[in-house]
Amino acid sequence: METKSIMIVGVGGQGSLLASRLLGNVLLAQGYDVKVSEVHGMSQRGGSVVTYVKYGDKVYSPVIEKGEADAVISFELLEAARCLPFLKKGGHLITSTQQIDPMPVITGAAQYPENLTEKLAAAGAQLVAVDALSLAEQAGTSKAANVVLMGVLASKLDFPEELWQNALEQCVPAKFLELNKKAFELGKNA
Amino acid sequence: MKKLMLGNEAFARGLYEAGCRVVSSYPGTPSTEITEEAAKYDEMYAEWAPNEKVAMETALGASIAGARSFCGMKHVGLNVAADPLYTASYTGVNGGLVIAVADDQGMHSSQNEQDSRHHAIASKVPMLEPSDSAEVKEFVKTAFDISEDFDTPVIVRMSTRVAHSQSIVDLEDRANDVLKEYVKNPQKYVMMPAYARGKHVFVEERTNKLVEYAESSSLNRTEISETAEFGVITNGAAYQFAKEALGDKASYLKLGMVNPMPVELIRNFAAKYEKIYIIEELDGIIEQHCRNIGVTNVQGKEIFGCIGEIQQSVIAEKLLGEKKEFVALEDNIPVRPPVMCAGCPHRGMYYALKKLGITVSGDIGCYTLGACAPLDALDTTICMGASISGLHGFNKARGAEAEHKSVAVIGDSTFMHSGITGLVNIAYNASNSTVIILDNSITGMTGHQQNPTTGKNLKGDPAAAVNLEELCRAVGIKRVVVVDPYNLAECEAALKEELAADEPSVIISRRPCALLKYVKHNAPLKVNSDKCVGCKMCMKLGCPAISMRDGKAVIDHTQCVGCGICQELCKIGAIG
Repeated sequence: METKSIMIVGVGGQGSLLASRLLGNVLLAQGYDVKVSEVHGMSQRGGSVVTYVKYGDKVYSPVIEKGEADAVISFELLEAARCLPFLKKGGHLITSTQQIDPMPVITGAAQYPENLTEKLAAAGAQLVAVDALSLAEQAGTSKAANVVLMGVLASKLDFPEELWQNALEQCVPAKFLELNKKAFELGKNA
Repeated sequence: MKKLMLGNEAFARGLYEAGCRVVSSYPGTPSTEITEEAAKYDEMYAEWAPNEKVAMETALGASIAGARSFCGMKHVGLNVAADPLYTASYTGVNGGLVIAVADDQGMHSSQNEQDSRHHAIASKVPMLEPSDSAEVKEFVKTAFDISEDFDTPVIVRMSTRVAHSQSIVDLEDRANDVLKEYVKNPQKYVMMPAYARGKHVFVEERTNKLVEYAESSSLNRTEISETAEFGVITNGAAYQFAKEALGDKASYLKLGMVNPMPVELIRNFAAKYEKIYIIEELDGIIEQHCRNIGVTNVQGKEIFGCIGEIQQSVIAEKLLGEKKEFVALEDNIPVRPPVMCAGCPHRGMYYALKKLGITVSGDIGCYTLGACAPLDALDTTICMGASISGLHGFNKARGAEAEHKSVAVIGDSTFMHSGITGLVNIAYNASNSTVIILDNSITGMTGHQQNPTTGKNLKGDPAAAVNLEELCRAVGIKRVVVVDPYNLAECEAALKEELAADEPSVIISRRPCALLKYVKHNAPLKVNSDKCVGCKMCMKLGCPAISMRDGKAVIDHTQCVGCGICQELCKIGAIG
């Protein structure tokens, strides 16, 4: 199988590491060669965070560049817009509608672009925009927005439900497992 | 058993499987997780040392004692540890000694983009460079064998993409867990001139043997494609980028051993093709080697340059003329640089410094982020510890005029790493300098590692804690005050008083990092929009939780930890 590429993007602290590890575990269990490239350190502190997940028969580069992603999952709307160029023509763009102002907007040096959801839809991406934050809060904590979005992704990928559940059990501490399973379910049905 | 592992996790697994017994490191992105993961294996002793030089000397001591040993660091850490490295090359080892150095192509989290291969060449130490997690584990085990077979430390060079990418690793059992006999041998281990001269001869002979090894070692691999029109010589992460971009349109010579490099292997490969492209990140070291050995049908840096990561799209475009299509919105997408977190204890002190217009000599850590707008807090950032020694020099150059309006800021871990020697210099050579230790009780930027001030060791067990106040007094600083950076008035008053004083001072700005699990957060604050007049005083803090909506400040409840600094700033009491 030709290598498939999925990008998980957001703002440092939103939980992209957990999301990519969930996905990585599912892909490993499916028998694919898998590479997951994370960003640690300085870039994590409230900056744009990008994680690449690639799978197929044999994966070489762990990096995804412009025009290469089959799907982009974004935890924040501006980051979805930033990463639109990475999407292949007609690829899936799954984004939370949450907006977090970056520092240049906070200081007034730049404007947060308006009507991004509409513009992203018009740009030709297969767009799914969900209020992942509200769904996560419905599941019990705003911190589970990452797992809500993995639920949305699961509904687009044809992998057995059992693999996702196993991955959740492997990656999430036991005391938060039920909450995250609920968040995943809410995302899947969103 | 197959497992998806970070390159750094695979490195730790390699240490475990190779029978490594002693691990000593200083954290630094992208190398940190090697040692954190190593600490999870009970069979290995693992510690955070105060700096990389101490870590390398510890590992070398353990090697001399007969144990397979390891130390890990980022590229700039190897500069700190260069002193022991260059002489460890002469002494060689008893138990195998493996050193990880993680380069940061693209400077994702570093102050420079140096190519650590230069250190391997200059210290005449062999260097291996894996390109994915499976290779990392395999190469670490091979590195220990080379170390013992050739009597040399061995460096394994990592890069951000290899260190922080997960790929599949086959787990194997631990072997070779033996403590070799220690025999006193001054000719080998006492590097005074009479003995060192003999060892230099040994080092040169060793290099010749290592070149022979490189000619036939499986670390260096040729992949011939029948459909190839040209050859590629490559190493590390760049190999993966090249394979991604070129597939079987090229043949490859992948160098897993990047110092010393083979000669005949390269000549033979290069003779097969009219054109050879050298795809290596940062400096043109392979390319230069090729030219040195008379292989001249090579091109590399003139195409790819020596800055940042090599992109697969650039390889495809330059060598195949292929370009990918993509779409982008017309809107200007504002950048999102990293920022100090909501509730960061450094923020209060930085606000006070900015308000008073102080010149700030900065250092390496989370607090470097205060250099950005709106706090604009730093004048300089160079390397670990340079804030304090740099301030001393600044004040010696400009005298009293500068002394009363300049400070150094340095974190607790960085202070222990190499700040203390600078403070000794201030006391000893009497500059009237003011040093602020931003003590957030953890090594923050690299992801919360313990250090000698925190009272815990790498494994989280209780440990001796350096008393910063007593330490500063002991080196000769009489004025030592402690402030709470959540209290703006206290910070400002302490700054005014210590800057006015006619002797050196240390201000310890103490409050644990807001992200630490044991730190209790207050309820998120809210803005009373009826009261808020939109004066934007609170915006001056650069807190990511505060933004303006329709002319009023709003606080993001998912980020706010209730630190209360914005409340102190709000003159009309709209925040509560």
